[in-house]
Amino acid sequence: MAQSNSFKIPIGPQHPALKEPESFSVALRGEKILGVDIRLGYNHRGIEKACEERTFLQDVYLIERVCGICSHSHSTCFVQAVEEIANLDVPKRGLYIRTLFAELERVHSHLLWLGVAGHEIGFDTLLMYTWKDREVVMDILAMLSGNRVNYGMNTIGGVRRDISPEQIQEVLKGMDILEEKTKYYIEVASQEATIINRLSGVGVVSKEDAIRLGAVGPTARASGVDRDMRRDDPYAAYPDVQFDVILDDHNDVYGRTVVRLKELMESYKIIRQLLKKIPDGPIAIKAPRKIPAGEAFSRYEAPRGEDVHYVKSNGTEKPERVKVRAPTLANVQVVKHMLKDRYLADMPIVIAAIDPCFSCTDRSIALHRHDSRKRDVVIWETVRLAGIEWYKKNGIDFTALNKRFMARLQK
Amino acid sequence: MTNEETVQQQLTAAFPFLASAVRAVRARRIFADVEYPHFKEVLEYLIREQKFVNLCTMTGLDEGATLGVIYHLATMEGMTVNLHTHVPKENPLLQSVMAYFPSAEAYERELKDLLGFNVQGLPEGNRYPLTDDWPDNEFPLRKDWKPKWASPEEGK
Repeated sequence: MAQSNSFKIPIGPQHPALKEPESFSVALRGEKILGVDIRLGYNHRGIEKACEERTFLQDVYLIERVCGICSHSHSTCFVQAVEEIANLDVPKRGLYIRTLFAELERVHSHLLWLGVAGHEIGFDTLLMYTWKDREVVMDILAMLSGNRVNYGMNTIGGVRRDISPEQIQEVLKGMDILEEKTKYYIEVASQEATIINRLSGVGVVSKEDAIRLGAVGPTARASGVDRDMRRDDPYAAYPDVQFDVILDDHNDVYGRTVVRLKELMESYKIIRQLLKKIPDGPIAIKAPRKIPAGEAFSRYEAPRGEDVHYVKSNGTEKPERVKVRAPTLANVQVVKHMLKDRYLADMPIVIAAIDPCFSCTDRSIALHRHDSRKRDVVIWETVRLAGIEWYKKNGIDFTALNKRFMARLQK
Repeated sequence: MTNEETVQQQLTAAFPFLASAVRAVRARRIFADVEYPHFKEVLEYLIREQKFVNLCTMTGLDEGATLGVIYHLATMEGMTVNLHTHVPKENPLLQSVMAYFPSAEAYERELKDLLGFNVQGLPEGNRYPLTDDWPDNEFPLRKDWKPKWASPEEGK
């Protein structure tokens, strides 16, 4: 009987709500979710194996591309492990710059999340506002590193670019703007009835369950789990700054929103302290090409939660093993738990509320031309031209149309 | 005495055979090697007595004749024990630790897919992370495994 009026619907791998592939098989009775089966792995491209075939230094850049949002998180987590094995004493200034980027990354990631959350509950005004404000921090990142994501700041032994006093002033200006905006969002989140009612009681996970299921990051902290690697296992320049670990006891999506918003305020606080205290001196020390044999386990508080890397060296220039565990993988069991006995309509926001990142989870990369063993970096222009050629071959030619379009633009 | 030294001392006191196998390498970091027959009792001791209630992840290793696995365990206060054990490569049999850590499911499926561990006690379910049509007995993270390049005809 129980089986006869329940049914399963597949959602994904092309997911209607999220921008990354993953597949959910949802068992439903009416609108109620009986259980969820999650299939991951669509983004798996063998990055750990690829790391073993490259040098430590090449791996820094490869690891940075595990994720588009927490790129700096992964590269920092990795270089920290390598520096520990090689016993490198990274200069303070390098650690401060590394930490500065870590917090700027958290700011852009949390603002991104707030927009996505707004979108998932049909509050697109919030999406437009937060993503507009997020440009402030994206511009800062671009000014400091030359890139909006994948900053290429880390190297084994420190960072690759210094920051100037003028840049520090620009960052501080940006922080003032963002702080003001964030205060407004906190006001909105604590007063706007539609947000409070839509998010409260949705995706509930108790403190006990959050610990038992291994929840990490804002997902865990919104259930009152007092854990933050920046404080518990301090790294980089975190021992030198003062900040609060934000906890909440709502245990639901609303709580996760509050935690992320308040964490933004803490990030601004950390950034200001870093820029005030940043010592003079070198930003990196030279690292040996061959890393002595050894192993290290590195933990890092990424915007989505604890990111861990294990690196083992065999004394050569290439690592013996690199293991990456991104925060989303730790939160998968929690999502299953949150969805059980809830309504199907809550699924997008519940999943979005852990701020999932499936590229991270599945790990990735290595681009090969299928007609040779050569590795290539494909630039955008090549892809564009290949697309044009493909359409031409298939009898579709946009040349005339493009010419007309260009002519109209020039008028 | 620092925290990690206390844990190291208590661990070797509880299991004298671990005397030379536990290393406190730096603040909050302990590495320990345990033979697989003793693994379960050491793990249970760490969880119950030392409150290592969080499994950060599990790392599988190809060690030549054996397959190794490291259980990265943590306390709520940030202390980490990296508990290493190994099983023979020709019969890489592991017991699932899902009863202690539900989150181990994904990590154990990974060990199965990428290194060919035989994990007993894993519930039926989707594989992770390889594709459903991935050939049997091909374990990418084994050292003797090399990628087979796709021919130009493939994928067309």
